[in-house]
Amino acid sequence: MDNFTPVSALAGGALIGLASVWLLAANGRIAGVSGILHGLFAQPPGERPWRAAFIAGLIAAGFAWHLIVEVSVSENPGLGWTAAAGALVGLGTRVGGGCTSGHGVCGLGRFSLRSLVAVMVFMVCGMAATFVMRHVL
Amino acid sequence: MISAFGAGLLFGIGLWLSGMANPRKVLDFLDVAGNWDPSLLLVMGGAVAVTAAAFRPLLKRKPIDFKSSVDAPLVIGAALFGIGWGIGGYCPGPALTALSNLSAEVFIFVTAMIAGGLFAKIVVPAGPGA
Repeated sequence: MDNFTPVSALAGGALIGLASVWLLAANGRIAGVSGILHGLFAQPPGERPWRAAFIAGLIAAGFAWHLIVEVSVSENPGLGWTAAAGALVGLGTRVGGGCTSGHGVCGLGRFSLRSLVAVMVFMVCGMAATFVMRHVL
Repeated sequence: MISAFGAGLLFGIGLWLSGMANPRKVLDFLDVAGNWDPSLLLVMGGAVAVTAAAFRPLLKRKPIDFKSSVDAPLVIGAALFGIGWGIGGYCPGPALTALSNLSAEVFIFVTAMIAGGLFAKIVVPAGPGA
């Protein structure tokens, strides 16, 4: 556990929570990133401006962060695995109606049983997949 | 529009500060059999502490019609999402903000994620959102 970073984790988490409260208070929307993204590409189109603005903010945050912090190259399972992972994340969040933010940050914040079940399922499946990737393959 | 941009910006900064935008950090959390890093529990805890305090009064003032059913699509979808998360170390928010890495890896992930979402609509015609 030498990689444990409790202070930045708690502070960053609090900012994520604040941003979710901000979006709900100002726009009346749930900050579920998968839902916001999928809605942007859905047909027929609906409510694209706020979705695009939120995602533009997310991406802009990355560029701003790169200006002040040097980001080291991270773990990469290879482009084939990356494509499969992306497809599973896109498919799964659409079918399951949410991700770490929609079910996690927002769903748990309103004590939703549906979201609690989703969080437990994706945590356990994530742990199983990481175990296979790192210790079996 | 401007408030949504600001919320996205703050959300993204939170992802970077917390370490969620770094797949290695995420995979170190999911790797309970390895050199386990519990940081992500605190990311989720910090975020939920804030939403749990503020969501109830906000939703009381302006209710949203949420789904509450625990059904097969929920479990199957969450399982598929979890497997993808555990392979790549990216969930949707971190993947989007990591587009700023300008790496082929993240572009491919995000493209596949959008395609996966469009494919899901053919299989299960459910609306977006939690």
